[in-house]
Amino acid sequence: MSQDKFYQTPSQTVGPYFAYGLTPKQYLYNFPSIADGNLIINDEVSGERITISGQVYDGNGHLIPDAMIELWQADAEGNYSKDLSMFHGFGRLGTGTIKDSKFEFQTIKPGRVDGQAPHINVIVFMRGQLTHTYTRLYFSDETEANSQDPVLQSVEEDRRNTLLATKTIRPDGTTCYVFNIYMQGPNETVFFDV
Amino acid sequence: MSQNKRDWDVQPPFLYPDYKSTVLRAPSRPLVPIKHTLSELTGPVYGHDLIRPFDNDLTMNARVNGAPLGERIIVAGKVTDERGRPISNTLVELWQANASGRYVHKVDQHDAPLDPNFFGGGRCLTDSEGNYKFYTIKPGAYPWGNHPKAWRPNHIHFSLFGNQITSRLVTQMYFPGDPLLDYDPVFQGVPEKYRHLLISNFDLGVTEQDFAIGFRFDMVLRGDNETPFENR
Repeated sequence: MSQDKFYQTPSQTVGPYFAYGLTPKQYLYNFPSIADGNLIINDEVSGERITISGQVYDGNGHLIPDAMIELWQADAEGNYSKDLSMFHGFGRLGTGTIKDSKFEFQTIKPGRVDGQAPHINVIVFMRGQLTHTYTRLYFSDETEANSQDPVLQSVEEDRRNTLLATKTIRPDGTTCYVFNIYMQGPNETVFFDV
Repeated sequence: MSQNKRDWDVQPPFLYPDYKSTVLRAPSRPLVPIKHTLSELTGPVYGHDLIRPFDNDLTMNARVNGAPLGERIIVAGKVTDERGRPISNTLVELWQANASGRYVHKVDQHDAPLDPNFFGGGRCLTDSEGNYKFYTIKPGAYPWGNHPKAWRPNHIHFSLFGNQITSRLVTQMYFPGDPLLDYDPVFQGVPEKYRHLLISNFDLGVTEQDFAIGFRFDMVLRGDNETPFENR
C-alpha cells in the first residue's frame, strides 16, 4: 500500500440485534462479555460507590428499548487506568433487560482529570443511528467544579442541564445519579463533535 | 496531542429519512465542538487474556452436534489509522446472521431457521501489523420493516476501539456484487463516493485451498493529526 490518505471507514448502525455480540452476558447469551454494567472489578478499589441510572427517549418522548450505552471514565484519583484488576473505566449496557428500558451502571465517582469537573464520557448507539453519538455526564452536586469546567461552560447555558446527572439517595441509602438521554425535543441532550 | 475529527464527507449523517428510524432518533441540534482532553484521548485496552480459543472462528465456537450450515468463508483485513499505520492489539468484535438470514437474537422473529451449531458472535485482537482474521459462514439476507420488500444485504457487523475512545467504530461489512445494496438505506446513508469502503473484496490470498474462500475488509480508524511517532 502506498496511499498517503486513508479514508475513515464509514460508520453503520449497531442495529437491533447487537445484544448477543456486544452485551451477551447481560442478555443471557452463552458468550462472555468484554464489559458490562459493573465497572468495579475489585471491591478494594477506592472511591465513592455510585449507580448511574437512566433512560433514552426518542423524538416522540417514547423510551428506546434497544439502545446501547457505553461509559468511559477515570478512577477516583482522576486517572484513566489501563489496569483492569481493580477498576474498569469502561462499561457497556443495552437498554433491553431492565424494566422501563433503563440502564444501570455500578461504578465509582470519577476524580478530576486535568482540572476538569468530574465527568464520564457517554457513547450512545442504537438502531436508527448510522453514527454513534458522544455526550458527557456531569454531576449535579459538583456546582463549583462544574462552573469552571471548560467543556461544560462552552455549552449554551440553557442546555447545560442536559449534561447534569441528578443526585438521588435510594431507599437502601446508596447514591444514584439519574442521567436521561433525549435524542430530540426541548430537552435534547447536548452531543459533542468529539 | 489531538485527534482527527470525524470526517463528515465520509461518515453518514444522523438524519437520513429513507432509513425511517433515524427520523425520531437523530439529534436535531448541531453537535457541539469540543477540544480534546485526556478524556477523549484515552480508551479501554484489552489484552490477549480476553480471547479464548475459537473466539475468531464462528464455524467452531458454537458447535453442538456438527458443523454449521452454509458457505464457509474467511474475513480478514488490516486495521490502520488515516495515515495507513497499523493499529495493533486492538479489539475487533463481530456479529452476524446465520446462513439463512436469521439472528440468534431473541427479538429476531424472521421466519428462517436457526442453526443449532451457529451462534454468530466472535472477537479477536489485531496482531502487531494490525491484521485480523475470522472464520465464519456467509450470512444470509433478511427482510425488515423499513419499506415494502426491504431486505438487508448480506452483512457482518464490526465493532472496534482503536487507541482512543474517539476512534471508536461500529460498522457493517458488505459483499461485492450484492444487488440489494442499491436498495438498502443503511448502506445508502453513506455519501456515495465512499460507499465502496464498506464492501469487502474477494481475495485469493485470503482464500484457503479446499477449505473456504476469503474476503478482505480493511478498516481505517481516526488517527491523531500530529507528526507521526511510534509507540503512542
